[in-house]
Amino acid sequence: MTLLYGFVGAGIFACALYMILSRNLVRMLLGFSMLATGVNLLLFLAGRIESRQPPIIADSARALGEAADPITQAMILTAIVIGFALTVMLAVLVLRAWRHAHSIDSRNVDSAESLGTPQEREPADD
Amino acid sequence: MTETVLLTAPVILPFVAAALVLILRARLAVTRAIGLIANGALLVASLLLFFYANGGHLVPLAVFGGWPQGISISFSATMPGLMLVVVTALLALAASIYALVDVGPRRRRAGYDALMLAMTGAVNGAFLTDDLFNLYVWFELALIAALGLLTLDRRPAQIDGAIRYASFSMLAATFILLGVGMIYGITGTLDVGRAAATLASQPPTFASATAAALLLGGFALKAGLFPFHLWLPASYHTGPITAVAVFAGLLTKMGFYALLLIFAGMFGVGAGGIGATQLVPVFGWIAAATILICCAGALAHTDMRRMLAYHIVAQVGYMTIGLALATREGIAAAVFYMVHSIVVQANLFFGAGLIRRASGSWDLTRAGGMARTNPLFALVLAVPVLSLAGIPPLSGFWAKFIIIRESFDADMAWIGVVALIGGLLTIVSMSSFWSDACWKEPRGKPVRRVPLAGLIAMTILSGATLAIGLMPQGLWTLSLLSSRALASIAGGGG
Repeated sequence: MTLLYGFVGAGIFACALYMILSRNLVRMLLGFSMLATGVNLLLFLAGRIESRQPPIIADSARALGEAADPITQAMILTAIVIGFALTVMLAVLVLRAWRHAHSIDSRNVDSAESLGTPQEREPADD
Repeated sequence: MTETVLLTAPVILPFVAAALVLILRARLAVTRAIGLIANGALLVASLLLFFYANGGHLVPLAVFGGWPQGISISFSATMPGLMLVVVTALLALAASIYALVDVGPRRRRAGYDALMLAMTGAVNGAFLTDDLFNLYVWFELALIAALGLLTLDRRPAQIDGAIRYASFSMLAATFILLGVGMIYGITGTLDVGRAAATLASQPPTFASATAAALLLGGFALKAGLFPFHLWLPASYHTGPITAVAVFAGLLTKMGFYALLLIFAGMFGVGAGGIGATQLVPVFGWIAAATILICCAGALAHTDMRRMLAYHIVAQVGYMTIGLALATREGIAAAVFYMVHSIVVQANLFFGAGLIRRASGSWDLTRAGGMARTNPLFALVLAVPVLSLAGIPPLSGFWAKFIIIRESFDADMAWIGVVALIGGLLTIVSMSSFWSDACWKEPRGKPVRRVPLAGLIAMTILSGATLAIGLMPQGLWTLSLLSSRALASIAGGGG
């Protein structure tokens, strides 16, 4: 079972990395979102997924018996939130880039490359 | 209780100030004042913590949530994080003074103060935490704040640069998260000290090697090391110069601090640990390639921001030599270099911003005449320029000298030779930087005077560089202490 999950995680990772290598910025964005999913699955695996009992100590017991690991679940929840924030951030950037260049091909979004060449004039700072 | 307050102040203070600034964002004079006062208070708090922790007390430790140590997230005032918190506060204060001239009402309305304070808090959090996952969270917070700062003017070039920065950093974040997850899977804990103890008691396995490789890849990318250095010169030159100066000082160094904590601390490189033995030769190659390629890259540019961006990465390469040596003195040399580099890099970007202000161009071929019109500025700028080039008696000379001495001592002469070649290229690049900006006759437009606040900010940092240069013994002692503290994490318990 663990092996199966491992391979599924690796498969998601491979697809996500392939999408990130794309020149299409939206595809890259989706790739990142998928990458976060793959990591979450693998994190889940790190906490051993066999046990399904909630981690609550029974009234009489002193120690926790067979139970799911709460720390990985807390980690995954945090990772989902951070992944969401970063994906939104990147989506905003891609939207802005599209508004300016009218293209989501990364070859056309290249204004940072030309900045700093001697021919470039730029507006004043304030 | 006072200990906990003191220990968490470098994180809580900036975040509270950031929240205040957000509430009062309509009043620009108030936000500007809060930015200044909060950074001043941050410096005082960091210094108090520093002297308290070095005053013979036990290491201040705060475990959150009432758990015993090692179960939940904890902060501790151990070296080198403690020292870096003080340097961060110094840099943040200088940046807030510099911002008085560089950050106008439009940028403040766009949220400069809140973002900068949040980034400072996140950097301090990373320096103080003992928890691997918490470290990852601070990195992401700093990244989000940095992306906001980079795109403050919403110019197309900034958006483009931010896409490059964000995509590379998100990839790094994923690798780090996966590495942290694997460490948790192997050791069953996220506490650096306990994970180190468990890793030290086991022979290295395939899983621990993979985790180490993932963490190395992730944090090396954050630190801008070869072959992941390309994002940095492609994005840093687009941002507002105050923000970029702080990035240059803090963000890559934060990545390198994590490398130190993970490899010198958790995996015990330099303390006889076997956790990452196979990775140590890789550090040497990474360091050598970073230095040579980025020093050459800096020579190819005449735009000040691009040239200095390459130098940021090259300097991280020098620090990595210390890690590659895998000796206690080597690690200490890396810490020394890190402190020197934070101060100098930020100062150089401040200087570039003022040259741009006076001459109207970022391009060195159009700049000139600063020595005649602004003699004091030329003198203050000479300190970080000569320090980066490694001219005695400034801090860069000692940093390079120690790194090269240790590499010859550790029988890795080839890497010392690489460092010397890189140093030569840096001297060429830095001398052309200063003489182009200060000595050359300006073309066309008359050179204006530089604003006083910018000069004050630079003087603070140049003073720090001079102080390190004239009294290197103090910082070297602290660096040795840092190296010992990192080694004791691997020695068990932490």
